[in-house]
Amino acid sequence: MSIFGVPILSLLIFFPLVGAFVLFLIKKENVGALRTVAFIISIVEFIFSLPLFFAFDTTTAAMQFVESTWWVQAYGISYKLGIDGISLLLVLLTTFLTVLCILCSWSAITFRVKEYMISFLFLETGMIGALVALDLILFYVFWEVMLIPMYLLIGVWGDPKRRIYAAVKFFLFTMAGSVLMLIAILALYFINLKATGKATFDVLELYKATIPIQTQYWLFGAFALAFAIKVPMFPFHTWLPDAHTEAPTAGSVILAGVLLKMGTYGFIRFAIPLFPNAAYDLLPIVSSLAIIGIIYGALVSMMQADLKRLVAFSSVSHLGYVMLGMFAFNMQGVEGSLYQMLNHGVSTGSLFLIVGMIYERRHTRMISDFGGLSKVMPIYATFFMIVTLSSIGLPGTNGFVGEFLILLGAFRSNMLYGVLATTGVVLGAAYMLWMFQRVMFGVIKKPENEKLKDLNGREIATLVPMVVLIFLMGIYPKLFFNKMDVTVEKFLEDFRGKVGMKAEAPQPKIVADIRK
Amino acid sequence: MKVPEIDLSLIAPEIVIALFGLGVLLIDVFSGKEGSKRGLGYISLVGILIAFFFTLPQIGVVKTGYAGMYVSDGYAVFFKIVFEIIAFLTILISIGYAEREGISCGEYYALILFATLGMMLMTAGAHFLTIFLGLETMSISIYVLAGMMRQDRRSVESAFKYFLLGAFATGFLLYGIALVYGATGSLNLKEVAAFIASNKHLLRSPMLLMSLVFLTIGFGFKIASVPFHMWTPDVYEGAPTSITAFMATGVKAASFGALVRVFFSALPVFLPDWTSIMWVLALATMTVGNIIAISQTNIKRMLAYSSIAHAGYLLVAFVAGNDLAMSGILFYLMAYAFMNLGAFTCVILLGKKGEENTLIRDYAGIGFKYPLLAVPMTIFLLSMAGIPPLAGFMAKFYVFSAAVKSKFYWLAILGVLNSAISVYYYLRVTVLMYFRESEREITGLEFSPASVFALILAVIGTLYMGIFPANVLSFAQKSIAGLM
Repeated sequence: MSIFGVPILSLLIFFPLVGAFVLFLIKKENVGALRTVAFIISIVEFIFSLPLFFAFDTTTAAMQFVESTWWVQAYGISYKLGIDGISLLLVLLTTFLTVLCILCSWSAITFRVKEYMISFLFLETGMIGALVALDLILFYVFWEVMLIPMYLLIGVWGDPKRRIYAAVKFFLFTMAGSVLMLIAILALYFINLKATGKATFDVLELYKATIPIQTQYWLFGAFALAFAIKVPMFPFHTWLPDAHTEAPTAGSVILAGVLLKMGTYGFIRFAIPLFPNAAYDLLPIVSSLAIIGIIYGALVSMMQADLKRLVAFSSVSHLGYVMLGMFAFNMQGVEGSLYQMLNHGVSTGSLFLIVGMIYERRHTRMISDFGGLSKVMPIYATFFMIVTLSSIGLPGTNGFVGEFLILLGAFRSNMLYGVLATTGVVLGAAYMLWMFQRVMFGVIKKPENEKLKDLNGREIATLVPMVVLIFLMGIYPKLFFNKMDVTVEKFLEDFRGKVGMKAEAPQPKIVADIRK
Repeated sequence: MKVPEIDLSLIAPEIVIALFGLGVLLIDVFSGKEGSKRGLGYISLVGILIAFFFTLPQIGVVKTGYAGMYVSDGYAVFFKIVFEIIAFLTILISIGYAEREGISCGEYYALILFATLGMMLMTAGAHFLTIFLGLETMSISIYVLAGMMRQDRRSVESAFKYFLLGAFATGFLLYGIALVYGATGSLNLKEVAAFIASNKHLLRSPMLLMSLVFLTIGFGFKIASVPFHMWTPDVYEGAPTSITAFMATGVKAASFGALVRVFFSALPVFLPDWTSIMWVLALATMTVGNIIAISQTNIKRMLAYSSIAHAGYLLVAFVAGNDLAMSGILFYLMAYAFMNLGAFTCVILLGKKGEENTLIRDYAGIGFKYPLLAVPMTIFLLSMAGIPPLAGFMAKFYVFSAAVKSKFYWLAILGVLNSAISVYYYLRVTVLMYFRESEREITGLEFSPASVFALILAVIGTLYMGIFPANVLSFAQKSIAGLM
C-alpha cells in the first residue's frame, strides 16, 4: 500500500540520505546555507510523514503501507517495511524531533557544521528504518546503522572533557548487546526453518513459530539484553549518563527522544511477541528491574549537581515506568507505556533543549552556578516550568495521562508493583521541583546571571511546538490513542492466546476510562 | 606409452599470468636501468585483465585435466577471480608505492604475478602435489617480495623469518602428505577419499590421524592461526606495505582454499576428529588476534593481528562444515580481500618517502584534513569490525549463521563477542582520525592516481558486497557445488 503510488516508508527512510548527499555538495564554509538546507530537509521529511498519520486506518491491526521485496532471497532476507499503531507515532516523533534538533543546533554548533548536519540526517535514516523494518536482519542493519552517526555526534561535537570516553562507551556497550541479539536472530531463523521449512527473517512469519520454552528463555534473554541496554534498564544503564551529559544538546535530545525508545520498541515489537512464554515467566524480573530503575533513577537524580546528568538519570526513571507498563500486559499498562514513550520524547527532549539554552549562555551546567534566573529570563522560566510539570506528570499535561495509565495497569496486574511505582511519582516531583527551585527561584547569587538574555525568536520557536504538544497530548489524548487502540488490543490478544492468560473482560475504550 | 591429454584451456589464466610474469622480467632487462618502471606495472595489470577474460568462460564448467591433478570447477574459478582482484589491486597500489620506496623493478611485478600463479594452482589442485607446487611457488615468491626493501633491516628480517618458519611448516605439510600417501597409496584427493571409504579400518589408522595433525600444522602456519601465528606481526610489519596487503589477503585466501579443498575433498570422513581441534584453534585464533591487537601501536601490526582474528572467524565457518559455511568462507575471503587491501592502501597513502607514518597515533586529526583518505579508511575499518551495511557484516553474518546452523552455539556466541571486542581497536583509529587533533603536521602526501583508483575499487567492492550481497553470495553458493 502506498499513498498516491509513492512508497512512503522507503521515501521516509531514504529522503534524509538524499538530503545528506545534497548537503555534501554544499561548500563547508557556507554554514548558513548548510543549516538552512538541513532545516528544510527535515521539515520536508516531517511533512512527508504527516500523511501517515492522517491516512492511517485506525480500524485494523494489520501492518499498513507495507512494502516487500527480496533482499537476499537465498537466505530469506527481505526488504520489508510496514507500520502499525505501535510504530506510527514513534515515526512521527522521530521526524518531529529531528526538525527541532536541527533548529536548536543553529548557534550551538559552530565548527564542522557540514559533517554535523550530514551525521544527523544519516541518524534519521537509521532511526526511521529501524522503526518500520519488518524483517529481522533489516531491523538489525538499521539498528547498527544508528550507532555510527550517534557515536560521531557525541565524540566530535560533545563536551570536550569527556566526550570520547562517553562516545566509545556508548558504542561498545550498545554493540555488545546487539551482537548477542544477532545470534538469537539466527537461532530463531534456523528453528523456524527446521519446523516449517520456510527460510525467512520476516517478523510476521516468525511470530507464528512455536519455540520450546527453554530455548525461549535464552533467545528472549539475548534480545532483552540488547534492548535493555538501549532502554536503558538498570543495571545496564551506566552508559546513559555519560552519553547524555557529554553529547551536544541536539544529540541529547535525539538520544533521549528517539534512540532510547528503540529499546522499548524492540521489546514490544520483537522480544515479547516472538517469545511470549519467556516474557511472561520472566515478567517478575523485568518488572523488578523496571521498578528499581524508577526509584534508583529518581534518587540518583536528586543528588546530581550537574543539570544535564540530572535529566539523564530522570530518563532512567521515566523509562522504568514505560517498561513496567509494558510488562503489566493489560490494556491500560501497554497503552500507557506507548503513550509514555511519546511523552518522554517530548518532555525530556524539551528538558534537554532548555538545559542546552542555558548552557549556551553560561557554558556551565552546574546547578550551583545558577539561581534566581526567573527574574532575568521570565519567558525561559515559563517554558521551563511547563516542561518540568509535564515531566512530573501534572494533570493537564501529557505526563499525567501516560503515568496514570501505567500505574493503573501496574496496580491491576500486581498491587505491589503499583505501590512501589507510585512512590516514584513522589520522588519525581521531589527532584524536579527542587532542581527548579534551585535554578530558577530565589535570589540571584552569581553576578554573571544578572545579564543573561532571555530566549530569542528561534529558541521560542523550538519550544513552542513542544509545549503545544504537551498540552494537546495532555488534554486530548484520544487523538493519539485512536491510532494505538486496535493494534494494542491485537497485541494483547495474541499474547494472551499464546501464554494462556485469561482474557480481560471487555474494556471500555481508554478515553472513557479517563473521562470517568 | 600413452601421452596424457593436455588441455591448455583449463590453465589458460595461469598460462597468461606466467607469460606476463616472464615478459615483465624480459622487458625489464631490455629496457635499461634508468627510467620509470611504471610501465612494467601497467603491463602486469594488462596481464591480469587478460587472465580475467580467460577465467570468465570457465565459470560454470567443471573439468579435470592432467591425469586428474588439476580441476577447474566452480571453487577454483571463484578463487581465481579473487586472486585476480587481489593481484590487480596490489599492483595498482604498488605503482606509486614501489617507486617511492625504491623497489620498483621487474622482479617485483614478476614475483607478484608468479605468486598469483601459485595461488591459483593451490586452489585448483585436485592432487596433493599440485597443491604443494602452488604453495611453494607462491611462498618463495612472497619470501623474496617480503625482503624486497634490501636496505631496510626490518624487511630483510621479515623475509628471513618468513622463509625459515615457512620452510619448517612446509616440512610438516610434506610429512602430512607423505603419511596420507603411506596410508592410502594415492595422492589424488578424490582417490584418497574413495580409498578411505572402501577401507573402513583406516578410520582409526594412526598414520592418517597423524597426517591430520601435520596438515593442520602446515596449513595453520600459512593461514596464521594460533598457535602458528607468531611470525605474522613481524613479517607484516617489516615487509613493504603493498606486499603486506598482498600477503594478508592473497596468501590467506589461497591457503584457506587449499585447506578446505584438502580436508573436505580428501578427508571428510575425519570430520568428527578434526572438528574438536579446529574448534579450539578457531576460538584461540579469534581471541588471541583480537586481544593482542588492542595493545598495538603500529597500524601494520594491528592489521596483522586483525588478520589473525579474521582467520579465526574463517575457522569458525570451517568448523561448522556445512554448505552455508563453505559459501560463507568464499564470500568472506572476497569481502576480506576488498576491506584489507583498502585499509593497507590507506596506510600506504598516509606515508611518503622516508616517512612511513605507520604509527596509529599518526592518524590523529586526519579525519578532516584528508577526508578522501579518512572516509575510505573508516569504511574499511568499520567493515572489518562487522558493522552493517558493509561487506564485513554480511561476511560475518554468513559465517556465524553457518555455525548456528550446525549447532555450534557457543562458538558463534564467542565469535560475535570477539567481533564486539574487535570494534574497540578498529574504532580507536576512527577516534584518532576524527576526534583528536594531529600532534604533528603531515604534509606532502602524494595520492597517485593508480592508488586512488585502487581505493575507489575497494570502496565499491566493500559497499556492494554489503548492500547487495545476493549476487556474490549466489555465485559463491554455486561455486561450492562439487566440493564435497
